[in-house]
Amino acid sequence: MFENLSSRLQQVVKTLRGHARLTEDNIADAMREVRMALLEADVALPVVKEFIGQVKERAQGREVLQSLTPGQAVIQVVHEELTKLMGQQNSGLNLSTTPPAIILMAGLQGSGKTTTSAKLARLLKADKKKVLLASADVYRPAAIEQLKTLAKSLEVDCFDSNATQKPSDIAIQALDFAKRHFYDVLIFDTAGRLGIDEAMMAEIKQLHEYLQPIETLFVVDAMQGQDAVNTARAFGETLPLTGVVLTKLDGDARGGAALSVRHVTGKPIKFIGVSEKVDGIELFHPERMASRVLGMGDVLSLIEQAQKNVDLDEARKLADKVKSGKGFDLEDFKAQMQQMRKMGGMGALMDKMPAQVAGMAGQMNGEAGDKAMRRIEGIINSMTPLERRKPELIKATRKRRIAAGAGVQVQEVNRLLNQFEEVQKMMKMFSKGGMGKMMRAMQGRFPGMR
Amino acid sequence: MFDFFKKDKTPPAPAVELEKAAPVQPQVPTQDKPTLSWTERLKRGLAKTRSQLGNQLASLFGGGKIDEDVYEELETILLTSDVGIAATLALLEQIRTRVRRQNLNDTTQLREALKQSLLELLAPLEKPLDTSTGQPFVIMLAGVNGAGKTTTIGKLANLFQAQGKSVLIAAGDTFRAAAREQLQAWGERNNVHVVAQESGDPAAVIFDAVNSARARGIDIVLADTAGRLPTQLNLMEEIRKVQRVIDKALPGAPHEVLLVLDANTGQNAVTQVKAFDDALKVTGLVLSKLDGTAKGGVIAAIAQSRPIPIRYIGVGESIDDLRQFKASEFIDALFE
Ligand SMILES: Nc1nc2c(ncn2[C@@H]2O[C@H](COP(=O)(O)OP(=O)(O)OP(=O)(O)O)[C@@H](O)[C@H]2O)c(=O)[nH]1
Ligand SMILES: Nc1nc2c(ncn2[C@@H]2O[C@H](COP(=O)(O)OP(=O)(O)OP(=O)(O)O)[C@@H](O)[C@H]2O)c(=O)[nH]1
Ligand SMILES: [Mg+2]
Ligand SMILES: [Mg+2]
Repeated sequence: MFENLSSRLQQVVKTLRGHARLTEDNIADAMREVRMALLEADVALPVVKEFIGQVKERAQGREVLQSLTPGQAVIQVVHEELTKLMGQQNSGLNLSTTPPAIILMAGLQGSGKTTTSAKLARLLKADKKKVLLASADVYRPAAIEQLKTLAKSLEVDCFDSNATQKPSDIAIQALDFAKRHFYDVLIFDTAGRLGIDEAMMAEIKQLHEYLQPIETLFVVDAMQGQDAVNTARAFGETLPLTGVVLTKLDGDARGGAALSVRHVTGKPIKFIGVSEKVDGIELFHPERMASRVLGMGDVLSLIEQAQKNVDLDEARKLADKVKSGKGFDLEDFKAQMQQMRKMGGMGALMDKMPAQVAGMAGQMNGEAGDKAMRRIEGIINSMTPLERRKPELIKATRKRRIAAGAGVQVQEVNRLLNQFEEVQKMMKMFSKGGMGKMMRAMQGRFPGMR
Repeated sequence: MFDFFKKDKTPPAPAVELEKAAPVQPQVPTQDKPTLSWTERLKRGLAKTRSQLGNQLASLFGGGKIDEDVYEELETILLTSDVGIAATLALLEQIRTRVRRQNLNDTTQLREALKQSLLELLAPLEKPLDTSTGQPFVIMLAGVNGAGKTTTIGKLANLFQAQGKSVLIAAGDTFRAAAREQLQAWGERNNVHVVAQESGDPAAVIFDAVNSARARGIDIVLADTAGRLPTQLNLMEEIRKVQRVIDKALPGAPHEVLLVLDANTGQNAVTQVKAFDDALKVTGLVLSKLDGTAKGGVIAAIAQSRPIPIRYIGVGESIDDLRQFKASEFIDALFE
C-alpha cells in the first residue's frame, strides 16, 4: 500500500528541490510521513507521538538543515533515534545467581512462550548448563505435553507436572526438584493470559513470588498491533520484568510492537524468535529492528537468510570475485539467480530489500517471477561459455542466435544484459565501500569473520 | 543478490523432526481458568472494546461544533484501534462527505455518520456459514502460528453438535509438538472422533478423515492445519497441496476455508488475509481473542482490501466462547 519510508521522504524532499534545504513546513511534511510509517508498522500511537517530538527537535537542528541531502539526513536522524529507543546491544541472559537460576516466561495466549522456553533450553544446553524445563500451564489442552515433547527432542529434562495440579504446587515442586538435582537453570513456562484477567494475573504474580526468578521474560508476538502498549503495561505492572522476547520475526510484520513494548516496560529486548523450530532464536539487534520498522530494508537479515540457504563454496567464489571487483560474469549471475530461488523465492525477500533493489526486483515477484527467472536461465543457457564469460562480445548476430535458442524475443536478451550490467555495477559499489559497514555490523555475530 | 557476502559459518543443524519424537500420550484433563461464564466474558470483552473506543468517542461526541480537531481526534481513535491508515483515511473521507452533504454541524451527528460508514463497511461481511452445500461439509482451518485454529475447531465442534450435526475432526497439524494431543483433547471434550496418524503428511491425514466421514455419513469435517507464516513459501505450497488432496477425496471440498486471525494482530493481518486468500481462496474469517484488550479494528482494514465474510468471533478459551459475527452488534458495542 505504501512504499517504504525512504522513498516517501525522498518524495517530500523532491518537492523542495530548488531550495535544497529543509524548511519548517516540509519538516512537518516529513514528520507526517514518519508518523505514517511508524503507524503502518504498528508502533502504538502514544509512542509514535513522543518519538516524533524527539525527532522533530533534532531534524530542526543544524546537522539536518545544513545537509545537502536533507531527505537522507532526516532518515538518518529517525533511524538513529529509533535505534536508541530500541535499546542497547543486549547482553543475553543474566544467570549470575546461586543455582538454580530461574527463568519465568509470561505473555499472551499463543505468543510463543512454550516454544521460546525450548529454544532457550537448547541454547543453555549448548552452553553446558544443566537445564530443567517445567510447565505450569494446566489450562490449555496438551500444553504440558507440548513442553515435554520439545524437551525430549532436545534431550533436556522436563519436570513431570500434570494438568490436575495447582500451578503454585508445580512451582514449589519443580524448584525443589531443581535444587535437589543440582540443575543450573530452571525454565518455567506458564499459561497464556490476558492482561485484564485479574485472577490469572494474580496467579502469575504468586508464581513469581514462589520462584524468585532472576529472569522474568515477557514474550511478545511481533505481529501485535496497537494493543501492545496495554498488554505490556499490564504485565509490567504485575511482574518485575527483566527482558522481552519478540517472536515470529520470520514473518513479514514490521514489528512496531517492539518499540511499544520497549517504551512501556523500559526492559531490554533480549531475543528474537525467527522460526518455529527449536533453533530459531537469535540475539536482538536494535539497529536492524529500527531498519525493519522503518521499512528501510533489513539488508542484514537478508544476508543472513542468504547464508542459511546458499551453497557455501559457490558463495565464497562469488565473494572473491566481487572483492576483486572483476570477473563477475553471466555464469555467476545465473548461479546467483538460482541461489535466490533456493532462498525461498522472491516474495519473501522483497520486504527486506531496500527500496531501489526491491523496485528492480519487483517485476520478478511470485509465480510470474519464477517464470521470468526460468526464462532468464533459458537465455543464459543458450549462450556459449565464452559469451557467458565475456558478455561484451554479445552483439546483434549473437543476440539473435541466443534469442532463437531460448525461444524469446531479442528485446528480452537485451533486457537481461542490461540487468546484468546493473548488478555488476552494484557489485562494484559494494566492493568499494558499502560493504565495510555491513561487515562491521556482522562481526561478532559470526566467529571467523573479519 | 547479497549472497556474495557469505562467509565461513557452519550450516545450521538439521531441524528437529518434532512429529517423530512425539509419542501419543494418554490425555490428562485440563482445568478451567478461574474466569466468568461466557456471556459475562463476552460482555466484558466487548465492554473493553467499547470502553476503549467508546470512551474516547463519548468524550468526542459530547456535542459541540465540528472542527479539524475533531477529525484529528477521530483519526487517532481509529488508528489506535488497528483500523490502519488506508481504512482510516477512507472512513474519514466518507464522514467529511456526509457532513458536507447532510449539512451536519454537531459532533453528535458525526457519531452517527461514523457509525453509518463503519456499518456500510462491515455489514457486507456478515454472512453466516451455511453448511448445507456439502455432505460431508468439509471445513479447513488455516492461519499463522498461534492464531487460535485448534481452539476454534474445538468450539466449532461444539457449535455444530448443538445444531444436531455429526462432526469429525482431522488432525492435520503434523508438525507442532503435541498439536495432535491438543486436538485430541478437544475431541474428547466434544465426544467427537479425531482422525490422526503417526505419519507426518497432513494431506494424507485429512484425505483419510474425509473418506472416513463419507463412509460414516458424517455431516461436518473440521480439518486442522499447522500454523504457518505467509513468508514460508514452502509451507504455503504445502497447504495448497492439502487443499488439492481434499478435493480429490471429495470433489468440491473443502467447502469452506476458514482463516483464523488473532484480534491482537496489527496491520499484518491485512497481509495475512491477502496471502492466504491468494493461496487458498479463503471463504471465511474467524477473529479470535476478542476478549482481550485488543480492539479488532483491523477488520475494517480487511473489509476494504479483501472483503471476506467474518463468520465467527472468539471471545475466550472455553468451548462455548465462539459467536457469530454481527456487524451492527460489533459497531453498537463500540459506540455504546
Ligand atoms: N514462525 C514462528 N513461529 C513461532 C515462533 N515462536 C513460536 N512460534 C509458533 O507459534 C505458535 C505458538 O507458540 P507456543 O510456544 O505454543 O506459544 P505459547 O505462548 O506457549 O502459547 P499458549 O501456551 O497457548 O499461550 C506455535 O505454532 C509455535 O510453533 C517464531 O519465532 N516463529
Ligand atoms: N483469550 C482467548 N484465547 C484464545 C482464543 N482462542 C484461542 N485462544 C488461545 O490462544 C492460544 C493459541 O490457540 P491455538 O488454538 O493453539 O492456536 P493455533 O492457531 O492452533 O496455534 P498453532 O497450531 O500453534 O499455530 C491458546 O492458548 C488458546 O487457548 C480466544 O478467543 N480468546
Ligand atoms: Mg504454551
Ligand atoms: Mg493448532
